[in-house]
Amino acid sequence: MTELATERTADRSKMSISDEVAIQITNMNKWYGDFHVLRDINLTVYRGERIVVCGPSGSGKSTMIRCINRLEEHQKGDIIVDGIELNSDLKNIDKIRAEVGMVFQHFNLFPHLTILENCTLAPIWVRKTPRREAEEVAMHFLKKVKIPEQAHKYPGQLSGGQQQRVAIARALCMKPRIMLFDEPTSALDPEMIKEVLDTMIELAEEGMTMICVTHEMGFARSVANRVIFMDQGQIVEQNEPEEFFLNPKSDRTKLFLSQILGH
Amino acid sequence: MSKTDTRALAFVSSGTIPPSPPPSSEVGAVHWLRENLFSGWFNTILTLASIAVVVLLVPPIVEWAFLDSVWNASSLSECREKGTGACWAVINERFNQFMFGFYPPHLYWRPILTFVLLFVALAPVLFGSLPRQMLWFSLLFPVVAYFLIWGGLGLEPVESRQLGGFLLALVIGVAGIVLSLPIGILLALGRKSHLIFIKTICVVFIEFIRGVPLITLLFVANSVLAYFFPPGSNLDLILRVVIMVTLFASAYMAEVIRGGLAALPQGQYEAADALGLNYQKSMRLIVLPQALKISIPGIVNTFIGLFKDTTLVVVIGLLDPIGLIAATRADSNWNGIIWEFYVFVGFFFFIACFGMSRYSMYLERKLKTDHR
Repeated sequence: MTELATERTADRSKMSISDEVAIQITNMNKWYGDFHVLRDINLTVYRGERIVVCGPSGSGKSTMIRCINRLEEHQKGDIIVDGIELNSDLKNIDKIRAEVGMVFQHFNLFPHLTILENCTLAPIWVRKTPRREAEEVAMHFLKKVKIPEQAHKYPGQLSGGQQQRVAIARALCMKPRIMLFDEPTSALDPEMIKEVLDTMIELAEEGMTMICVTHEMGFARSVANRVIFMDQGQIVEQNEPEEFFLNPKSDRTKLFLSQILGH
Repeated sequence: MSKTDTRALAFVSSGTIPPSPPPSSEVGAVHWLRENLFSGWFNTILTLASIAVVVLLVPPIVEWAFLDSVWNASSLSECREKGTGACWAVINERFNQFMFGFYPPHLYWRPILTFVLLFVALAPVLFGSLPRQMLWFSLLFPVVAYFLIWGGLGLEPVESRQLGGFLLALVIGVAGIVLSLPIGILLALGRKSHLIFIKTICVVFIEFIRGVPLITLLFVANSVLAYFFPPGSNLDLILRVVIMVTLFASAYMAEVIRGGLAALPQGQYEAADALGLNYQKSMRLIVLPQALKISIPGIVNTFIGLFKDTTLVVVIGLLDPIGLIAATRADSNWNGIIWEFYVFVGFFFFIACFGMSRYSMYLERKLKTDHR
């Protein structure tokens, strides 16, 4: 797992980070009933950052990024995305969701719509883009993820890797300023992980702000500028990838790394 | 332990094996017969028994219904003199009554025209390939149908009491079907709502209506419902029946659709949310198209049930086809005929329900996009 599943090397020189804050999370807490899933999360994400979140299952990493676009509701603390505060105001939530793209573990494409319709739906209905323009944009992004020839097929006819690339294109069609990835390669066969990671690397090189929950440590090494380790609902350690992998500070991080890198 | 020399097991394929056709015993008519009719001793016995039943039953039925039947006679006794088979003469004589009830004969063209227009209105709804502009007519159709059947706007008015037969069954059935689907969708969404007030209303409504027999509701429509409307407003009996049948069917519909909503993976809701679609849009564009597709068999099942339940209006004195059977049998000329009536009425309902069933299968095939 130390090796990147793709031989493509990311060009870090292209990835610049501004000092403009994209996401500011302060003292965020969340409970499921009595269970305290997220504890005092503090995280500042600058524009252009590529953050990889890792940790054992049940550590709250998915829950944390799902709070950023309100798929999950936090009960305490503040989340400010793109200068908009996330609260129960539905207008703010919809505004934030339109700015934040999300890619899911199980793709979640709409099976009753063609690939092209999957990509144009949100621009047409949320951004009020004229259909023709939305289709042009969709074809542009489908070309970018290298499946323009599948545009008129249905998701069920595509392989897992192709579906996940469509899911990325669908999110990009909304021209988001931030992309969230929730274990995008966990449901894929080994040979398909590469094509999805390649797409994500390309995105990183274009300066997209990304938060990615993943166990692809090779990806973290070559693309991320910060790695966050979570355990039991809290951020245990965060550092630059080089330091994080070679010189972990906390025992829990060491244990986790020895388990996933050990074989 | 093992003495096997593993070097002897090493193997490299020498090339790709080209695909070849299956063996002849796996294809063709003989294969089909053997597979489906004579695959074992039990299946063979079943096949032979079925052939015996068909041979024994079909000729007598054909003789009764067609070869020995009488189509023209003025009474049952005349029928029996002319032939030993079915006495279709009674249907022949009372055909118009079975179709229209006591609708004034010189105005028959109006329900016939309505019936033809019904298909024009249904066509764009049922078949997506037709021009979308036709849907405007579909929206207008209920108004057109109302004035054509009951009169008004210069057309000679017809009383509700004069409606009967299949006309009445179709009016109640079609109105119930058309109205119960949207109401059912709203109830199903309401039942899943986070707003406790809306949710409670929907749950109470669904559970109450489902828990009461339709006949009870029809009696309520006949007698009690008038109390709920302002005094002096004389609500038409057929309208009251349509309201009750619709409420009854929509409670069932709501539960069928709730099943479809529950079958949809959570990820679909989340993906719609994550793209910034609001509640109405995510329901209309993502959730309902898929949930309704999953629910098609249940929805059509409810439609068919509703359509056949229209025969229950006989208990409050409306003369639907079943009510007319009783009325016709009271005629001394035709006293004693039973089978012919029920075969005829049953055949009509079968055509309508079988049509709905076939359409639902066509729709399921057409909407199948998951390629599993």
